[in-house]
Amino acid sequence: MSHESPHAKLIYMANQIAKFMESKPHAEGVALLASHINDFWEPRMRRHLFEVIDAGGEGLRPLVLQAAEKIKRPVSA
Amino acid sequence: MKDFIIPDRDYGTPAAKSKQMVTLTIDGFDVTVPEGTSIMRAAAEIGISVPKLCATDSVDAFGSCRLCLVEIEGRNGTPASCTTPVAAGLKVTTQNAKLKQLRRGVMELYISDHPLDCLTCSANGDCELQDMAGAVGLRDVRYEAVQTHFRAKDTSGQVNAQYIPRDDSNPYFSYDPQKCIVCSRCVRACEEVQGTFALTIEGRGFDSRVSFGAKTDTALTSDCVSCGACVAACPTATLQEKSIIDIGTPERSVITTCAYCGVGCSFKAELRGDELVRMVPYKHGKANRGHSCVKGRFAYGYASHQDRILNPMIRENISDPWREVSWAEAMEFTATRMQGIIDKHGRHSVGVITSSRCTNEEAYLVQKLTRAVFMNNNTDTCARVCHSPTGYGLGQTLGTSAGTQDFDSVEHTDVVIVIGANPTDGHPVFASRLKKRLRAGAKLIVIDPRRTDIVQSPHIKAAHHLALTPGTNVAVVTALAHVIVTEGLFDEAFIRERCDWDEFQNYAEFAARPENSPESTALLTGVSAEELRAAARLYAKGGNGAIYYGLGVTEHSQGSTTVIGIANLAMMTGNVGRAGVGVNPLRGQNNVQGSCDMGSFPHELPGYRHVKGEGVREIFQKVWGVQIDDEPGLRIPNMLDAAVEGTFKGLYCQGEDILQSDPDTKHVAAGLAAMDCVIVHDLFLNETANYAHVFLPGSTFLEKDGTFTNAERRINRVRKVMAPRNGYADWEVTQMLANAMLKQSGRAPWGYTHPSQIMDEIAMTTPSFAGVSYERLEELGSVQWPCNEAAPEGTPLMHVDGFVRGKGKFINTEYVATDERTGPRFPLLLTTGRILSQYNVGAQTRRTANVAWHTEDLLEIHPHDAEVRGIKDGDYVRLASRAGETSLRAKVTDRVNPGVVYTTFHHPDTQANVITTDYSDWATNCPEYKVTAVQVGLSNGPSEWQKDYAAQAAYSRRIAAAE
Repeated sequence: MSHESPHAKLIYMANQIAKFMESKPHAEGVALLASHINDFWEPRMRRHLFEVIDAGGEGLRPLVLQAAEKIKRPVSA
Repeated sequence: MKDFIIPDRDYGTPAAKSKQMVTLTIDGFDVTVPEGTSIMRAAAEIGISVPKLCATDSVDAFGSCRLCLVEIEGRNGTPASCTTPVAAGLKVTTQNAKLKQLRRGVMELYISDHPLDCLTCSANGDCELQDMAGAVGLRDVRYEAVQTHFRAKDTSGQVNAQYIPRDDSNPYFSYDPQKCIVCSRCVRACEEVQGTFALTIEGRGFDSRVSFGAKTDTALTSDCVSCGACVAACPTATLQEKSIIDIGTPERSVITTCAYCGVGCSFKAELRGDELVRMVPYKHGKANRGHSCVKGRFAYGYASHQDRILNPMIRENISDPWREVSWAEAMEFTATRMQGIIDKHGRHSVGVITSSRCTNEEAYLVQKLTRAVFMNNNTDTCARVCHSPTGYGLGQTLGTSAGTQDFDSVEHTDVVIVIGANPTDGHPVFASRLKKRLRAGAKLIVIDPRRTDIVQSPHIKAAHHLALTPGTNVAVVTALAHVIVTEGLFDEAFIRERCDWDEFQNYAEFAARPENSPESTALLTGVSAEELRAAARLYAKGGNGAIYYGLGVTEHSQGSTTVIGIANLAMMTGNVGRAGVGVNPLRGQNNVQGSCDMGSFPHELPGYRHVKGEGVREIFQKVWGVQIDDEPGLRIPNMLDAAVEGTFKGLYCQGEDILQSDPDTKHVAAGLAAMDCVIVHDLFLNETANYAHVFLPGSTFLEKDGTFTNAERRINRVRKVMAPRNGYADWEVTQMLANAMLKQSGRAPWGYTHPSQIMDEIAMTTPSFAGVSYERLEELGSVQWPCNEAAPEGTPLMHVDGFVRGKGKFINTEYVATDERTGPRFPLLLTTGRILSQYNVGAQTRRTANVAWHTEDLLEIHPHDAEVRGIKDGDYVRLASRAGETSLRAKVTDRVNPGVVYTTFHHPDTQANVITTDYSDWATNCPEYKVTAVQVGLSNGPSEWQKDYAAQAAYSRRIAAAE
């Protein structure tokens, strides 16, 4: 696998998390996906993720988009 | 070999474990010992040493030398005290005229067939035969031997057929048959302690000889794994360390901890002056119980290898040659560069990688450097690429990433599952303890794509080997749960008491789905449904069930999910919270547990507490006097991504070679090349140093004080054996760098003068270490965390009265196939691992005589796959994946299944990681080393990439001549 852009890689990573969380009850999955990204993704990574989400979220699994409002938007450094 | 430095008494026979006590009288003294104790050991308990040759307390009594004879009132004859157990009321005499005469006679016979070259013998001063001759008062030998084993020629000048010349084939010890008294201690140590069965006694009577396997075998070509157990057991110069032959006997010893794998064996470093003479496993080491492997016992020569860099070096650009400078200049240069980056690109543009090879105290300081000096959380450690999924998976299910048991626990296990681990190569001393238990009747289930040595070796055979397709761990683990749930093999009482019953119901419903049945998953995993069902039944109902796992579990896209699945299995069968059971991650490096404990991860402070917690930050803010960032920092792969993107510019990398050990080498190289300041702090100019601007020489474990924490959470002391050759211990170097930067920004410097002060700071800030101090470690020898007020002597077993998180949590483990798939271009699956004689990237072991066993990485390939490609054993082959290609020699073997190939990553010229991809675990970004789709074909020689790499490495390692 070679991800050309940082966005492609982050989309892939977010979707990987989503696939795990999809096997949980929906509300729990949404909450845990958001907290997982909040806990482990450095602000730079979340900023790139929001660039994708704000541009319509193409390529992201629905669960990521549903969790988006619970993901912390990084304050600009 | 007698223990002449520290009076570590040899009690002659192993301790008995009975709780029933027995009182008897020996030479008029009363002694009370556990039932089953030998008379010899009982005598030793009260300080009476019965003369002995064939007995030593590392192996069972044998009763062959007839030197330890005693008299017992009311019994006939003179029984051997080593094989005679105590009984209540016995009256034993160990010394009287009759016994003296008998012993002298025995010694006379021994000596009649032994060369009398004591003064020039390598065991002079360290020979039990010599000691016993003295002890029994041997004054003359009446027999003139006609036939001997030690004369090269007999009295008539003819060649003596009984004479066998010395075998020097092993690089570390010699076998000299002329000194042998055939006491069998070596043979028994090889069987009982190591479990390899490489040695045997050949012939009968006068013809009896110790032999390495077949007659044509030498020590090196036999099955011998060079653990050194036979050498330690030998009472004479027959099996002797070559270092003793070269140097002579040591005069002092220091107890310390091995710096190789996560078993964390205790050793006595024996020295003469400051010359290290040998490393001997320490009998009272609680991880190893007196055993060792070839690495810890013998492979320490790297510490004095000529490749070691002893002076700091700097360069403006990585295309420049290195320039040796003073420590002061190096620190000034580095601090200015790092501060310059921070000023220009912000405080988040730099970070650190802590080392899993350095001490706890050193890892703590490195993460403190980034948190309190750089002012960010960009710290990570090589656990990222090995056991980070363990941290996540066990944390979620049980409440702590800690392995649940101590190593002693295996002695109480009835069924062992080994999954994704190769203990005989990766954790050899634990493997020996495991094999001992298996020989005593415990059952074994191995889940591994390869037929590793633990699957079948002398007197060991796995009840079930589930040889799954790489990448299908989750499917197999969930299928095991399916069988346990649907066949009602779970432990309902345990689950109701210790876990959340509703969550279990939910999980049971998930596991019971038809798609998770072994019959459905068989197509995917390649594991026979019947075999898998039998394995599940055995684990669930076979008594104490313990799971041991390694990187074959974690280094996958679904590594964390498999760890969760393993925890689910243990919880549903009630196999947590007592001796003999549990979930046991086998950690790779000596201090990978410790480096994680010390807050090396970017999201948590020491003691696994997330940086978002205000209370936790407050603790450190008070002690450190700084504001701590509340956002998680970058993990290693994220650092490299950010570097390529241009927002991460400076890295301090201590004792870690990310260019060789991390996946997708080209991506790592691109990331490193994009940085403005890469600081490598290591023993050698490693591969990462090819891209470094600053090289700070490191110190070995022999040269500093500190602690390592092994896989069983045991904190062991590392003691300074000799002065650091580079001038400073690693913690001092980190402190110098911190202080150089603090000075530039006008802040107060750090002032640690001894690592014990760093441990005190850890204890003060981290509840699970609250009771740990160097004084406490001196007292107890070692301690397993948590060690605090509630557990002042530490915690051998976790989750005894309840799970750390409260109720154990069952989490569904949906199988998601990795996106790394085979296809027409890349039809085979590559999985990677390691070998006994080499360690990790090989930086240390390649610089020792261990290369005698493994000079290059080989590609294991099944005969079918080899044949269709026209590949023969030893052929040079090209190994290509979507990420890159390399070439190496093939080893045709059915240890791997058709469709699977395997190699090690110990040699930089092979660079197996140029092949591995950047797929990683969904939860932790732990790379997927264990699954790469590849193609293999015949090759003419090194790939273009290998040639370019070798040229770049050579170019980059130039050191300018001193002016």
